Amino acid sequence: MTPDRTSARTSSDTREARDPADIEFVRSGKAALALHHLRRGAGRPLLLLHGLAEQTPARVPAHLAEWPGPVIGLDFTGHGRSTIPAGGGYTAEALMGDVDAALVEIGSATVLGRGLGAYIALLIAGARPDRVRGAILADGPGLIGGGIRPSSPSLVPLDPDQPAVPDPHALNELSRDVRPPDYASEFARMALQGSELDDPIAVAAVVRPEWLAGVVGEYGVVELPLDRALARYADVD
Amino acid sequence: MTRTADETVTYPGARRPDRSRTVSSDGLMLRVYEWGPEDGPPILMAHGGFDFAGTFDVFAPMLADAGYRCVSWDARGHGDSEHAVLYNWGADLRDSLVVLDTVTDRPVPILGHSKGGGLMLELADACAHRVSHVINLDGLPSKNNWPDVSDRERTRMVQGEVQRWLDHRRAVVDRQRRPGTLDELAERRGRMNPRLEPDWLRYLVSIGARHDADGWRWKIDPVLRPGGFGPWRPEWTMHRVPGIGVPFLGVLGLEPELMGWGTVPEDVHPYLPPGAEFVPLEGVGHFVHIEQPRLVADLVIEFLS
Repeated sequence: MTPDRTSARTSSDTREARDPADIEFVRSGKAALALHHLRRGAGRPLLLLHGLAEQTPARVPAHLAEWPGPVIGLDFTGHGRSTIPAGGGYTAEALMGDVDAALVEIGSATVLGRGLGAYIALLIAGARPDRVRGAILADGPGLIGGGIRPSSPSLVPLDPDQPAVPDPHALNELSRDVRPPDYASEFARMALQGSELDDPIAVAAVVRPEWLAGVVGEYGVVELPLDRALARYADVD
Repeated sequence: MTRTADETVTYPGARRPDRSRTVSSDGLMLRVYEWGPEDGPPILMAHGGFDFAGTFDVFAPMLADAGYRCVSWDARGHGDSEHAVLYNWGADLRDSLVVLDTVTDRPVPILGHSKGGGLMLELADACAHRVSHVINLDGLPSKNNWPDVSDRERTRMVQGEVQRWLDHRRAVVDRQRRPGTLDELAERRGRMNPRLEPDWLRYLVSIGARHDADGWRWKIDPVLRPGGFGPWRPEWTMHRVPGIGVPFLGVLGLEPELMGWGTVPEDVHPYLPPGAEFVPLEGVGHFVHIEQPRLVADLVIEFLS
């Protein structure tokens, strides 16, 4: 399966070519999502969730090289090689659905999210605590989101004929995504209630927007540098 | 109600739109409908969630017969508009402006029922220069229908809802809505809207569903489902109300209903803008313009005059 972009903008993917055998497409709702197998192997995968406007890196980043298992990256809807839908409509919850679809394909995984991906990692850790064996929340684009309540609404006209990846609607909507701290904390509590781990969420981010500051105060959430967070979850069965 | 051999269904006072067209909202096709004279003063009308513009088929002709050009559209994923890959509030808001842009660049009255009412409140906030009046038909949300439970129980409920939503999203790919006879679909809809007449519900099916070889199916995107979860809070919509700087008419049905908000006048009064007209209707449910079309149409006509 490859993305159906018939009703979407055309795109120009500027990423260096990867062996097509290392890219798998999975369905998330009506979107086709690119799963990049950056490193294959045995053991529990580390699933990388990129930040806003980013995409899966071309290779395993050096600081993740010590992860003992496979390393897989997911391009969210509207990003990288995944479907660019017509007319926007992005929500963090829909991207959580993207990760859910990826987990169906790859099984349980440790999830490492950057920026926007950190928020999505939190959501999926709460939604599917049986499949997420540790979620690491790291700094990156889109970490802050749109604040804790809606701002004055604005309607930004976008040119549908402009080819663009990532989708400008994704940038517009996901950068304004409202993240009340109590909503984020609910997902942390869901993760703790459903996980076999004592600390299912690790916060490695230095920047602490209000939603993340709220999460840090919950039981089951530890603050660790990225390398230690990775080591902690690598040791989990 | 009468039904002909080709299952065309009629309902007393119901009139299909005088004109219909499509517009593109950034590549997504929306179906737009108009009742009334093309050169009449326009009113932009937004339907509620899980509805479609045809739910105005009795109400809009009353306004049209008073000289107004009533413009409505099927929201993305609803009625005859295209099913989208993604749905959110902001996209619905953009769609409403796309439709309005095809009508006029002058300020116009905007009217919305239920979710459409909330949407029009936000349009008034986002584009005050495009709005002359705001009419809200039972679209002022409150927390009254949210369960009062302990934190732990709430966490469990939210997780269950999130997982059901994810499971639905997984399962619904390539699926169609369940077919049935016209009467069966009307009966299903009646469970959500028990106050609406069976004949009206059958009429709605004939507009909002399509007749396939194996039966009738609602046209609404199977991905969409009632309920749900998310960060949205009812007060965020209410916070749009006090700042409205044009004449405001709010109509509230006081009979509690499954699809309603359970809002009571005391929830609304603190938010009403100066000079607002607010009409609570005893013995009327959430679908004020369907249960009492003449009454509500007269309220609107008087308000606009």
